[in-house]
Amino acid sequence: MPRLGDRLFGLIVCAGALAYAVSALHIKVGFMSDPVGSKTFPLIVAGIAGLCGLIMIVRPDDDPAWPKGSSILSLGICIATLIGYALALKPGGFLLPTAIASGILSWQILPDRRLALIIGTLLSSGLFLIFKYLLGLSLFAFPRWILL
Amino acid sequence: MELIDNLALGFAIALSPYTLMLAVIGCFLGTMIGALPGLGPANGVAILIPITFSLGLDATAALVLLTSVYYGAMYGGRISSILLNIPGDEPAMMTTLDGYPMAKSGRAGDALVISGFASFVGTFFATVALALVAPLLARIAYLFGPAEYFALYLLAFATLGGLASKNQAKAAFASMTGLGIAMIGLDNATGLPRFTGGNLHLFDGIDFLVAIVGLFALSEVFLFIESGGRNTAIGIKLGKITIPWRDIVATRWTLLRSSVVGFVAGVLPGAGASLGSFLTYMMEKSIAGKKGAFGSGVAKGVAAPEAGNNSAAGGALVPMLTLGVPGSGTTAVLLALLMTLNITPGPTLFADRPEVVWGLIASLMIANFVLLAMNVPMVRIFVRVLSVPPAVLLPGVTMVSFVGIYSLSGSYFDLVLMIAFGIMGYVFRKLSIPTVPVILGILLGNQMEDNLRRAMILSDGDWTFLFSTPIAVGLWIFAVAGFTAPFFLRRLIRTPKGIS
Repeated sequence: MPRLGDRLFGLIVCAGALAYAVSALHIKVGFMSDPVGSKTFPLIVAGIAGLCGLIMIVRPDDDPAWPKGSSILSLGICIATLIGYALALKPGGFLLPTAIASGILSWQILPDRRLALIIGTLLSSGLFLIFKYLLGLSLFAFPRWILL
Repeated sequence: MELIDNLALGFAIALSPYTLMLAVIGCFLGTMIGALPGLGPANGVAILIPITFSLGLDATAALVLLTSVYYGAMYGGRISSILLNIPGDEPAMMTTLDGYPMAKSGRAGDALVISGFASFVGTFFATVALALVAPLLARIAYLFGPAEYFALYLLAFATLGGLASKNQAKAAFASMTGLGIAMIGLDNATGLPRFTGGNLHLFDGIDFLVAIVGLFALSEVFLFIESGGRNTAIGIKLGKITIPWRDIVATRWTLLRSSVVGFVAGVLPGAGASLGSFLTYMMEKSIAGKKGAFGSGVAKGVAAPEAGNNSAAGGALVPMLTLGVPGSGTTAVLLALLMTLNITPGPTLFADRPEVVWGLIASLMIANFVLLAMNVPMVRIFVRVLSVPPAVLLPGVTMVSFVGIYSLSGSYFDLVLMIAFGIMGYVFRKLSIPTVPVILGILLGNQMEDNLRRAMILSDGDWTFLFSTPIAVGLWIFAVAGFTAPFFLRRLIRTPKGIS
């Protein structure tokens, strides 16, 4: 079926708008209330968003070029790496997680493992020097338990 | 006289060695960011805001640094347009049409110098006009009450959404997404949580910097990874750089006309620099006629869009500073900066914080001269930037984005949220849903709701109060026109062929 992207997204938008509206109806009302209240504006927003979703279903645009096989895998690896990096940055210190994450990203763009290793190491140490000593941000090079 | 006093105050601030140094650093970074394909001014400023903030710069210094980056990126955007046929950012799109043919015929140096000079003229005109027009508009803005502000926000969403997308429903949805996200957190009026799901991290609302960096910078990284590295520098020889005086003199009227039109395009909420360069190029093309040979590599075809988009970049600062309503994606990001610094843009900014406004205007004047010096004799340095391989650049940009956000809050929650915004930005951009209205919604959502609620309190719940003054009615009419006009304009104006 052509133009599936917009139709599917329109459905998601409608469902999201409905959920948002239901959630808005459950907002607690304070003892000091004004004529508009806490619910009206979010309900208007949900209403218009739902309408837009319906229009996307009824009048969809042409499908974009969605990524295929290897690109999806690359994107998946990239997103997983970034989530891992976000979780590792605090307990793992700056240097090691940054080197690994930037190495993996670089490897996704240029499939050369040795080069990725070099780029990861250089970026990690270079950025650490700039952030820590030139800009004075409070970053830890290594996990704190090493320093203790 | 008042203007001269104000400018004197501004220059007293801007000419301090510290501020001057920040302007030079900002211009350098900005030109570099602008020159890199895909990393436009909005991305550049977005990535640098968290870092600037964690450096603890005061309001004027931070603003000077980042607006210099903004102006620098506007200058730099032309470099990859001319040398690679890939616009460094969207406003530099039209520069490819004549810039690249000039470079191919061995006049790359001339094209860079002419466009650099055109950028200077456009920016100079816009900065002078900003100093003249902004205080006048600020005076009018004093007449605004809650009903007018509500209508003004509506106008910003209608025009920004209308012009930024090919599909009005998608543009409106983008605005609603932003407004919906803005509602998350404690309700300003009652202090009770909304849409937080009991998560304490969300009680303060979603930090717009997290959303901006995710939607702009990270989504760009995802698109790049998907494309598998589309940009490779090709070996165009720059040759000797001389100043082509004859071309510059021949383009004088083009420069002047384009500066005026570009500035007006920039002032209109939502239009921004892209429209500025588009209009000026089309205008000059029709003035020159067939003999003008636009598209084959003529000086006017490079001068017009560059004067136009740089002038529009200055014009876009007018509604942002005087009304608190940004005229483009980058000024939306700058608005986020002001709000982070606890500065509320609007008419009172001119009365309460003259040092910020006039310091900024004076710095822009100085930055423009610094940029001319950097972009004509020193243009070779920035051309080298184009040879940085994407395998180094992209991980670098990503890590800078992460460290910026991490240094602000120190929380992994914000980083994960930023990745979520990055994925959202990627999906939106694939589906041609504009991301700028999302940012605008997050930035202005609470104020828009506050103004609606205040208007209803004043009128005791009478909704006709929203249309009770001529200014409000005028703004509503413009909003409706701004939202519907693109339906008709799209049929009239077709994008010229040959834009990559």
